[in-house]
Amino acid sequence: MIELDAVTVTAYTSRDGARPAQDVVTLLGPLTCSLNERRIAVIGANGSGKSTLARLVNGLVLPSSGSVSVDGLDTARDGRAVRRRVGFVFTDPDAQLVMPTAVEDVALSLRRIGLPAAERAARAHEILARFGLAGHAEVPVHSLSGGQKQLLALACVLATEPAVLVCDEPTTLLDLRWRRVVDELLDGLDQQVLQVTHDLDAAARAERVLVVDAGAVVFDGDPGTAVDAYRALMAPRVSP
Amino acid sequence: MTRRAGPALRGPWAGPLGLYRPGATVLHRAGPGAKLGALAALGVLVVVLRGPWSAVALLVAVVVAAALGRLPLRSTARSTLPVLLTATLLGAYQWWARGWQVGAEVAVDLVTLVLAATVVTATTPADRMLDALGTAARPLRHVGLAPETVALAVGIMLRSIPALLATFAETRDAARARGLDRSPRALLVPAAVRTVARARATGDALAARGLAE
Repeated sequence: MIELDAVTVTAYTSRDGARPAQDVVTLLGPLTCSLNERRIAVIGANGSGKSTLARLVNGLVLPSSGSVSVDGLDTARDGRAVRRRVGFVFTDPDAQLVMPTAVEDVALSLRRIGLPAAERAARAHEILARFGLAGHAEVPVHSLSGGQKQLLALACVLATEPAVLVCDEPTTLLDLRWRRVVDELLDGLDQQVLQVTHDLDAAARAERVLVVDAGAVVFDGDPGTAVDAYRALMAPRVSP
Repeated sequence: MTRRAGPALRGPWAGPLGLYRPGATVLHRAGPGAKLGALAALGVLVVVLRGPWSAVALLVAVVVAAALGRLPLRSTARSTLPVLLTATLLGAYQWWARGWQVGAEVAVDLVTLVLAATVVTATTPADRMLDALGTAARPLRHVGLAPETVALAVGIMLRSIPALLATFAETRDAARARGLDRSPRALLVPAAVRTVARARATGDALAARGLAE
């Protein structure tokens, strides 16, 4: 269970490098909610605070006030344990994949869970096969297609079997075919999935949708109503 | 009018380092520690042995090692080309400044070391390399550095070579598209900014994966 208790995230503006109190801006919050559903979507305009919310769950961003916990573990106090439980997939897999080849990147994830060296390569090959990437195991990561890279990024994260998966716009850079592949994969996972997305079809498949606008959750509820609320929110902004 | 597709349409240059090529040769089976040790020993020999003929002898030995490791000739030659160019310029300067023997020695030594490092990375999976580097870096624990972190940094450095070159190529194409292909500022500034942004994103990704904690 993900719990956010009176969470705010603030930042300093960088005007002349000075940090007077009046230049503190609120990026998100105050926000209090419990996220128990297996499929949760977060939608909202660019720069609204969606990614900040996603990063709070993994401890990549720590709250300026309030607290975030996952299964009772506080992200500020137990960051390492939280990251063992919460996997995170980024929009751009190029930033996430750090080893020269696909099999080596999966093996790097397995290293964290303490798998003996002798077993890592074999297990990494098994995982790649499960994700349909067996034929790309020894291929340089930079030569994979965008869809293959995102699939590999998912394989690397899921290799450690996290309890929760947070995805920050995982399909934004993908074509329709790969988007479908990633969507189906996410839909079939046993884990709790919190997905930040601009894909309203994906949001409609969630059990619960949070609509974020200007750092605040302006709607929290069922997908149909949430998508309507989001469309209404955006309508005045896109008209000439 | 259509313009002939240039190098930007090719895959990003992988560089001489950072790409493992699977195989079952004697070099692939050798332990990474032994290979890294041999590479270090070669570095010492290159400095200790003087004269162009000893430099050529070491280069021949490394070429034999590359053949033993079954490194593909064409891609290895292509990836070593920029190093050859650098070695030629460096050798020419040394020739002019200190004579042909020194010029030849410096140029050949540079190619020898880069080719030897290529042989090591091409025949050693990164996972095994990380284990070896982690073991080698154990003494650094005494100065507060985690060996796993040092090993991971080296692994990321190897992966970053083709990624940085791809960033550079994309930035060059963007400058060309805006008609700024002769402006170094339009190339270097965005490339530097994107490189820093990429480093930050990689740091975030490592933290998110719980690595180097």
